[in-house]
Amino acid sequence: MSLKYRIAIILALIAASAWLLFPRTVTERVKRNGIFVSDTVRRVPLKRGLDLQGGMHLELAVDESKGAIADKSDAIERALKVVRTRIDQFGVSEPLVQKAGADRIIVELPGIDDPQRAMDVVQKSAFLQFEITDKTNALEKALPRLDAAVKGLASAARTGAPGAAPTAAAATTTDSTKNALQGLFAKDTTKKAASDSTKNDTTLAAGGPFSKLVQQGQMPGEYYVLQSDVPTLQRYLATPSVQGAIPPGKVIRWSNDTTSLGANTYRAMYVLDSRPIITGEYLTDAKPTQTPTEGTVVEFTLSNEGGRRFRNETSKHINDFMAIVLDSLVMGRPPVIQGAIGTRGQITLGGRDLQAAQDLALVLRAGALPVPLKIVDVVNIGPSLGADSIRASIRAGVIALGLVVIIMIGYYRFSGVLAVAGLAVYTLYTLAALAGFSATLTLPGLAGFVLSIGMAVDANVLIFERIREELDHGKSTRLSIDEGFRHALPAIVDSNVSAALTAAVLYQFGTGPVRGFAVTLLAGIAASMVTAIFVVRTFYIIWLSTHSDKKALSI
Amino acid sequence: MLRIFHNTKYDFIRWWRVAIGLTVAFIAIGVGSLAIKGVNYSIEFTGGTLKQLSFKTVTTPGQIRVAMDRAGFHDVEIQQFGSPRDFTVRFRGSEEVAAQSAGAEVVSKKVDSVLATAFGPSNVTVVRTEAISATVGNELRRNALIAILLSFAITLVYLAIRFEWRFGLAAVIATGHDVFTTVAFVKLMHLEVSLTVVAGLLTVLGYSLNDTIIIFDRVREDLRKGRKESLYDTLNRGINETLPRSILTHATTAAATLALLVFAGEVIRPFAWVMLFGIVTGTFSSVYIAGPVLLWIENKYPRKNAGPVWNTSSTATPTLRTKPSTATASP
Repeated sequence: MSLKYRIAIILALIAASAWLLFPRTVTERVKRNGIFVSDTVRRVPLKRGLDLQGGMHLELAVDESKGAIADKSDAIERALKVVRTRIDQFGVSEPLVQKAGADRIIVELPGIDDPQRAMDVVQKSAFLQFEITDKTNALEKALPRLDAAVKGLASAARTGAPGAAPTAAAATTTDSTKNALQGLFAKDTTKKAASDSTKNDTTLAAGGPFSKLVQQGQMPGEYYVLQSDVPTLQRYLATPSVQGAIPPGKVIRWSNDTTSLGANTYRAMYVLDSRPIITGEYLTDAKPTQTPTEGTVVEFTLSNEGGRRFRNETSKHINDFMAIVLDSLVMGRPPVIQGAIGTRGQITLGGRDLQAAQDLALVLRAGALPVPLKIVDVVNIGPSLGADSIRASIRAGVIALGLVVIIMIGYYRFSGVLAVAGLAVYTLYTLAALAGFSATLTLPGLAGFVLSIGMAVDANVLIFERIREELDHGKSTRLSIDEGFRHALPAIVDSNVSAALTAAVLYQFGTGPVRGFAVTLLAGIAASMVTAIFVVRTFYIIWLSTHSDKKALSI
Repeated sequence: MLRIFHNTKYDFIRWWRVAIGLTVAFIAIGVGSLAIKGVNYSIEFTGGTLKQLSFKTVTTPGQIRVAMDRAGFHDVEIQQFGSPRDFTVRFRGSEEVAAQSAGAEVVSKKVDSVLATAFGPSNVTVVRTEAISATVGNELRRNALIAILLSFAITLVYLAIRFEWRFGLAAVIATGHDVFTTVAFVKLMHLEVSLTVVAGLLTVLGYSLNDTIIIFDRVREDLRKGRKESLYDTLNRGINETLPRSILTHATTAAATLALLVFAGEVIRPFAWVMLFGIVTGTFSSVYIAGPVLLWIENKYPRKNAGPVWNTSSTATPTLRTKPSTATASP
């Protein structure tokens, strides 16, 4: 290859590298006064990992604690779409949502400052349905069976006692807590009856362990439970025998809110028709607003088809109460249906702030999660830590570079200068390769880069030592250089290939930061081979073309 | 021309018994300690929660411990991290890890509120949180192990293709030795085994192999020249001929590693330690493990038409047969 072509190739590579690394205008979403706006900034197009710019890394898996999911891979695919839509609307500059392995979702949110909110938005199922409250007094009719089921629970635990010691212990504790709760409740009802006799909340039936905890509410299908009794009742409701005693076609749901009556806090419990009149799948839009009378609400719009169904169904249920159920919780008090409702409606959130309404509207728009997700891994890095890391790495890099330059020029003199020039080209090529493949720069990656500065000169050292040997054998400068490069080549290739193979394995099995390290290493290996074998060789050829063969080479 | 260790004729291999004795002792201590005390895995591998905290006012580890104890976290590791106002707090007792099976964020969320109430939300900043469930921890541990074994297998295949099997096997044994010494070093230095440290270990693996390859490459080349000398002598010749290169490359790599160790901050420090030790053990194993093992294999399974293996031409002072011409500067 003639010198002209060599120089042309090197210059072309340098120009391409410079172009890849040239600061360019990119559109970013940045937070300004609490809201996200699109903004353009000029910066070097090197992608920084979460550990360098701060942010959150989340890994989600299907939550099977409430029942196994048959086709996890398919479920995760569908969940992925929902999570992606939600995150896109959440407003982070460059979010990443991707499937990992067979049943995981990875979410990366750079520069986020409220990790808790992000976790809530991602995990919320957002399954919306409208259900009519029961008006057949189904619960009252089923109470004897429910009481019997709860009693059965206690006695089952007791009869199980002789068989196993731990069960016996469990039974006694349940028993004693229940007694304590019953005592508490008995005291409470008398107080309530005295203070609040006008209210229509009488204890449904005396005696039964289930019915004791439940009081009639103000609308059909509504019941009040003392806040302190809620866990007990929820535990009862979770058992299969109590589940079996619930009237068929009905479902029991809790309110999302509590109400205070006198000195006590109550939580409402609703018995609803289990067939929803409509679900959130017909929802086309949702937006948050604040109204003076109802506080924060989310207004939603249904599709035309949904609107038709909704009108149809609501016209059949005039004067009934309709519960708006989100993720099995009844949102606010069920309103009465005064006439057929079309495509519009609203969800009342009560005293919650506008942010909560915004997030609810967001998840409603994105749709419901097909399966519940749980977080299996979360890493959150503050922005200051990343900035510190970058500063420290740059300092280490500059010092490493300085030391390497001193060693190389001190030992190899003029040839050392060529090697250092090669190192400058190497740095440029490596960074350009990282930018070109839009690899992510991480903290271990930066460390790997600093380390590679020390390692990259190895190829030069190998070549220089060979040239020296050839010179020792009394060969001419030109021949020595040629032979030196030729003889050093196998060793350089062997050692670099073996290092590249290890880096490739690291890339395959590493996670975020370590993957960044592997990428930097790979880019560095490629760049160092190109510079040592091709670029520095060209420098020598240039030097040879301007000096006579008799002149001693400074090496 | 500035030259160091030029034209040396040290009899390196002569000391192989001493060298192997030393390294076996080192590995035995390290691995023994590992067997007794177990591996000090990082949160990534065990599951659990790590919080890096930065306080505005000077805070003692005791204060943090008291606050955590009150909140019901009894198994807490608190470490100063850089300045006296920065700490890392680790929660990885069995209770905490079990609590995270419902969701990795559970413990982290509770700790945040405990910190805010105990120290005031403006006084303490959580600069880093890592919450890993046990499932993910096990998975990462398995992946790290696979990565180490796979790089081994791949290098083996590469060496088998590139070198004759005797050389390949010797190189792999030398590299395996480095994995053991580095693991022993990590244990004796009380370094935490994290993903970054595993990455360091694999880099050491590559670096050490690189060094062995350079020497073996030279030996292979010298063997082709068909000198009438034993493999023992050829090996020594190869090591001596590559000595200047070894010194130079190790010097530049060590310079970069030292820069990382001193200036790149706490997170990178364990990696830098591993790398620094790796330079030492990699150099050592290329000479004292790869060499003797090659001789041993050659002795057992000699090549066809090969000369003697062990008998050396060295005289009464075999360590230094010719005085090396050190540091002669050229005009």
